[in-house]
Amino acid sequence: MKVLTANRLTDGEAVWFAKDGSWAEEIGLSEVVGDKEGEARLEAIGKAALDNNEVVDVNLIDVELVDGGIVPQRLRERIRAAGPTNRVDLGKQARQGETRAA
Amino acid sequence: MYRYDEFDHDFVKARVAEFSDQVERRLAGEITEDQFRPLRLMNGVYLQLHAYMLRIAVPYGTLNAKQLRMLGHIARKYDKGYGHFTTRQNIQFNWPALSDIPAILADLASVEMHAIQTSGNCIRNVTADHFAGAAADEVADPRPYAEILRQWSSVHPEFSYLPRKFKIAVTGAERDRAAIQTHDIGLHLKKNEKGELGFAVYVGGGQGRTPMIAKKIRDFLPEEHLLSYSTAILRVYNLYGRRDNKYKARIKILVHETGAEEFARQVEAEWQALMDSELKLPDADIRAIDAYFAPPALAARPEGDEAIRLARLDSRSFAEWLDQNVVTHRHPDYAAVTISLKGIGEVPGDASDSQMEAVADLAEKYAFDEIRVSHEQNLILPHVARADLKAVYDWLVEIGFATANSNLISDIIACPGLDYCALANARSIIVAQNISKRFASLERQREIGELKLKISGCINACGHHHVGHIGILGVEKKGAELYQVTLGGSADENTSVGEIIGRGFGPDEITDAIETIVDTYLAIRSDAGEKFLDAYRRVGPAPFKEALYAGEAKAA
Repeated sequence: MKVLTANRLTDGEAVWFAKDGSWAEEIGLSEVVGDKEGEARLEAIGKAALDNNEVVDVNLIDVELVDGGIVPQRLRERIRAAGPTNRVDLGKQARQGETRAA
Repeated sequence: MYRYDEFDHDFVKARVAEFSDQVERRLAGEITEDQFRPLRLMNGVYLQLHAYMLRIAVPYGTLNAKQLRMLGHIARKYDKGYGHFTTRQNIQFNWPALSDIPAILADLASVEMHAIQTSGNCIRNVTADHFAGAAADEVADPRPYAEILRQWSSVHPEFSYLPRKFKIAVTGAERDRAAIQTHDIGLHLKKNEKGELGFAVYVGGGQGRTPMIAKKIRDFLPEEHLLSYSTAILRVYNLYGRRDNKYKARIKILVHETGAEEFARQVEAEWQALMDSELKLPDADIRAIDAYFAPPALAARPEGDEAIRLARLDSRSFAEWLDQNVVTHRHPDYAAVTISLKGIGEVPGDASDSQMEAVADLAEKYAFDEIRVSHEQNLILPHVARADLKAVYDWLVEIGFATANSNLISDIIACPGLDYCALANARSIIVAQNISKRFASLERQREIGELKLKISGCINACGHHHVGHIGILGVEKKGAELYQVTLGGSADENTSVGEIIGRGFGPDEITDAIETIVDTYLAIRSDAGEKFLDAYRRVGPAPFKEALYAGEAKAA
């Protein structure tokens, strides 16, 4: 299974292509595809977003579904999705509390 | 320190305006990422895992208080309240928005700083001994020559598109604190028998996937030929360095494949045509740059001895800090202070906005407005009166920068690794933090003695693992982090590349493995005075292999 990820052009924020067609700041909102057809579609979306100067460094990455959550296979991508492991007060992991509170 | 002249001010301002326009056009979609990437890299802007990263040049690691205060301001206003000092004596901010970078660069320009040539295949920030101008063992201050090289190499039209990046380091003492033999060009400033200044020239050192120790191609190059000879080296490299393979493009590969002798011959031939050209430095020009680096007027402060004697009796922790983090100055009433950015369990090289501001205040009050960044990721106050050391220490205690661990096992160099870096394969910071915590006892660290531990999160070796007495290289194996250990590396005047000791260790094993290595050293050292590196050079890897892996062999 794969999801489409990139960094937002204006601020470099790690983002994922979401089910609602936006680029979300949380991997949990990603659209997950499980076949070649889906991958090709996401790749086309990624290329269009790159050409449209919305995002940079577009990649399809491997993920697994664990307890209903989307978890990247590679540690690199897990760190991108959360933030630096040595500073849990930084990055997306620091915002989870805020999101829940909101 | 060097002050910008009108030309420098105009040049940096023009560059800020140019890059601001490029950012604006990129954000407006007028230029593509492929067009923009080389432009942003030329201005120090990378894209990392979580955000952009801005790398700011600190020429030869020298800062004044105003500049450091500005770095603190940038950390607070545009970033997340901290910066990371690097092994190139620079600073990196890990979270700036692209849209804020023009404003950051304008702020930097107001204090004579920039991010030019902190990336790309050009001549990078020239580094120097962090005790330059202060060290008791120094022949002359290497920084005027580093500044001359900086001026010459800035947007040099011939050397802006080299086969690969190019790094130069200069030291002014026999004791090499600038790791010159791991550089593309390493310069050792010295005097000949007539008392004239010149350089021993080393070429072709480097780390990365193919570590090489630089070869000395000239024992004494008169100072006036610094630029003509450097140009000759760069020309030979620019002409013959490989451009077909990124991994073979550094000058170290060219020197290795050509042979040092033949390479030196080619440089010599090129130099013959250049040595009497306009590149030959007039003495007046060298002395004019020298004048910028005139040492501060150090008044006699003989009361320091008594003040220190009393303070030592009063505070054991001060005494320990004095013994570990304070070194002899060329003026007997003064000392050079290492401010450790390696508090136990902290991130090597990180400083918060308020810590940067506090060090700036400290430098203004007690250190003649001078701060240095060391390639070992610490800050240095090069000139402090011994009589003021206790006050400086107390101040550092307040801001959490008084850890007395300079050159001990917790004074670790670590790259940002996989927690930030897009190139990394494994984390470095957490490994450094765990080792630091394991060896938290300063008493234990002092018993172990000098031990330089260096960690890189990928083979590019930003964390200098090849030349660590103990080196750790993080790799990715079957989707997991694995840490390879090398022993016996060193980056001083007797540079050596560490040897891989055996199979790697998982993230949960690496701290234990380091402890086993240290315990083995303590057991085999001839006496308490034999340092780790000396012991390793005497006995070789065998006892360490035995201690790390013997159990496995028996079990198998």
